[in-house]
Amino acid sequence: MKATIRIKRFNPERDRRPYWAEYEVPVDPFDRVLDALHYIKWNLDGTLALRRSCAHGICGSDAMLINGRNRLACKVLIKDLGPRITVEPLRGLPVIKDLVVDMEPFFRKYRAVMPWLINDEPPPPRERLQTPQERARYEDTTKCILCAICTTACPIYWGTGEFLGPAALVAAHRFVFDSRDRATKERLDILADRSGAFRCRTVFNCTDACPQGIEITKAIQELKQAIVLSRS
Amino acid sequence: MAVHEFDAVIVGAGGAGLYAAMELGRSADLRVAVLSKLYPTRSHTGAAQGGIGAALGNMEEDHWEWHMFDTVKGGDYLTDQDAAEILCREAVETIYDLEHMGLPFDRTPDGRIAQRRFGGHTHHFGQGPVRRACHAADRTGHMILQTLYQQCLRHDVRFFNEFQVLDLLIEDGVACGVVAWEILTGELHTFHARAVMFATGGWGRIYKVTSNAHTLTGDGAAICWRRGIPLEDMEFYQFHPTGIYRLGILMSEAARGEGAVLRNRYGERFMERYSPTLLDLAPRDIIARAMLTEIREGRGIDGKDYLYLDFTHLAREVLEEKLPEITSFARTYLGIDPQREPVPVQPTAHYAMGGIPTDVWGRVVVDEKNTVLPGLYAAGECACVSVHGANRLGTNSLVDILVFGRRAGRDMARYLREAKLVPVAHNPTSNAREQIERLLASRGNERVAAIRDELGQAMMDYCGIFRNGADLCRMLQILGELRERYARIQLFDRGRVFNQDLLEAWELGCLLDVAEATVRSALHRTESRGAHMREDYPKRDDENWLKHTLLYRKPDGTFEFRYKPVVITRFPPQERRY
Repeated sequence: MKATIRIKRFNPERDRRPYWAEYEVPVDPFDRVLDALHYIKWNLDGTLALRRSCAHGICGSDAMLINGRNRLACKVLIKDLGPRITVEPLRGLPVIKDLVVDMEPFFRKYRAVMPWLINDEPPPPRERLQTPQERARYEDTTKCILCAICTTACPIYWGTGEFLGPAALVAAHRFVFDSRDRATKERLDILADRSGAFRCRTVFNCTDACPQGIEITKAIQELKQAIVLSRS
Repeated sequence: MAVHEFDAVIVGAGGAGLYAAMELGRSADLRVAVLSKLYPTRSHTGAAQGGIGAALGNMEEDHWEWHMFDTVKGGDYLTDQDAAEILCREAVETIYDLEHMGLPFDRTPDGRIAQRRFGGHTHHFGQGPVRRACHAADRTGHMILQTLYQQCLRHDVRFFNEFQVLDLLIEDGVACGVVAWEILTGELHTFHARAVMFATGGWGRIYKVTSNAHTLTGDGAAICWRRGIPLEDMEFYQFHPTGIYRLGILMSEAARGEGAVLRNRYGERFMERYSPTLLDLAPRDIIARAMLTEIREGRGIDGKDYLYLDFTHLAREVLEEKLPEITSFARTYLGIDPQREPVPVQPTAHYAMGGIPTDVWGRVVVDEKNTVLPGLYAAGECACVSVHGANRLGTNSLVDILVFGRRAGRDMARYLREAKLVPVAHNPTSNAREQIERLLASRGNERVAAIRDELGQAMMDYCGIFRNGADLCRMLQILGELRERYARIQLFDRGRVFNQDLLEAWELGCLLDVAEATVRSALHRTESRGAHMREDYPKRDDENWLKHTLLYRKPDGTFEFRYKPVVITRFPPQERRY
């Protein structure tokens, strides 16, 4: 079968503003959108720029807006979209070229929540013990692949670039609820700031869009509760 | 042209590169730069699924000596046993180190790190399977990558993301930096340093059906080879038995560790005939050959070139809790619920046992006497220590990147206490610039993607699981033709900003080089050992071939083979049966 792929293109060396280009691509219903984009790039127009690496939803490189929703191009199949497909760069991050956006603002927010385990007590000779129940407490938020789909699906983030955004809050959650971490207070102080967790208005766009199925809104609500409890 | 100066420059941000960077960052007051062609968290370590082998003995009795025996036997006795001993001993403390850094391992009811079975890992020197693989569901690699990246951020490691390294700088026999191309701007940068490490991963993309990411094109190995460093044991390339049919996406060995089995068109559990003791948990080379034999003898599904991986007898909780990622792959890419229907699989190109030769401290060695090239390090899949010998065991790739990434970091810290900064040559970027300009100037009618596709298909056909002299000669001829066509490519994009067309063209040059090293080494080794199966020489030949291959490409374009003895300490070679 054939599919028509419309792509929002922009090359800063050539174009003054973005434009739409349309490509006819031979596809199999089980092809990924990434396969169709590769077909274009390798056969029709090699100037098309997009990030990708693993091509099976693990590395988080190929997040883009596909038929109006944020998705990984390697994790959505043609058969689930039909023969007319529209592809745009993620919203809320500056476009560099075609489907490539500037990820630095996104990673800056991630770094702001101190996304690393902090525990300066001398470690035991073997592993620190953690029960399966304690481990399950933060399982969901360990799955994040930092693809930026949630943050760039969030209307609050579009409204104010100040907001840490869902992905950074997911990273904070992963450590706040890890029984081994000792920096809960410092982290919650960061999250209690006006750019932090309380900016979330529970729109659920992030949860709906997450390719890893993380219950992001719920995680953010748990952070809000933890902040409130820590202050009462 | 920008020039940067650091104490150490690490190329590649997967497990090995990040571990080394973190060691340097946390141990000393050193300026460390990590260069990645991607963003670090996109590295392919993140795709590793099943687990990290380490004899913690949390579930049942286990000892590092048993792990070492399995590693040596799994490698068909080509493994250097001094290195295997370090691998298996230090695996244990490295796992604890990672746990202390926050890696979220799955836990036993009493709070210890949970472990499971994996192919080729046994108790009592081969008596039966043992639970040795430490895991975090089937996302173990993801957790490693995240944890190490986080610790690097904590220790102020400097990252240069989306920088493609093109060349290695060596002056007076000492490594002193790299030249990199900033993908965003097209600018060349010189990174001048006292120590350089390659941790650039593998080259699965020389094959059409592969579990490897698109970006795994053998850059580090190719760059070193072009600078006169030999490549070791390149003929040994592993096919993982269970890739999703046609897509190559991995169905982790953890699936079989949790009880899934392989079946042919008659529903037979055919591994009973090939490996009576370990069955579906035999090492990968043995299972991949068994699968191909089934297919050749007409017992593939519907007589075609695939078989079934059957999970249908497993409880749904096992799939949802222990194998969630691969369950989701089957659903997403095949529309199959593996609890109800078997998954079509075929062997998929997976892992290079060979690579840049190093000693047990990750120092690159350039000849059969293990002469160190000062200041140059390599670890992970791009390197060959050699702990995997002729066939790597499942989980040992992660053990390798962790143990030897860590050791390389520690040794660099030690080396940097004394080492002086060697000045770079007058015009350090000239070689890299010439490579780029040649590609941009080429005005032929050949397409990069077409050459790459043909390379991948031909390598499957002529240098895959079963090999023979005639096919390998044919492959060398094809490589010559592809090279000629590569000299006549035409780029679509001649811009500076994010020119991935140019990047892919440059990567293709690396693929052609590492494919050539693979084919030449495979043709040269006239025996069958581990993953290298010669139909015209079907037996292992210890008398003539119990040795490592070193392949040099000389400046005049000719090739030279040299040999390095295998280090044997505890386990003399025996017949390999499972």
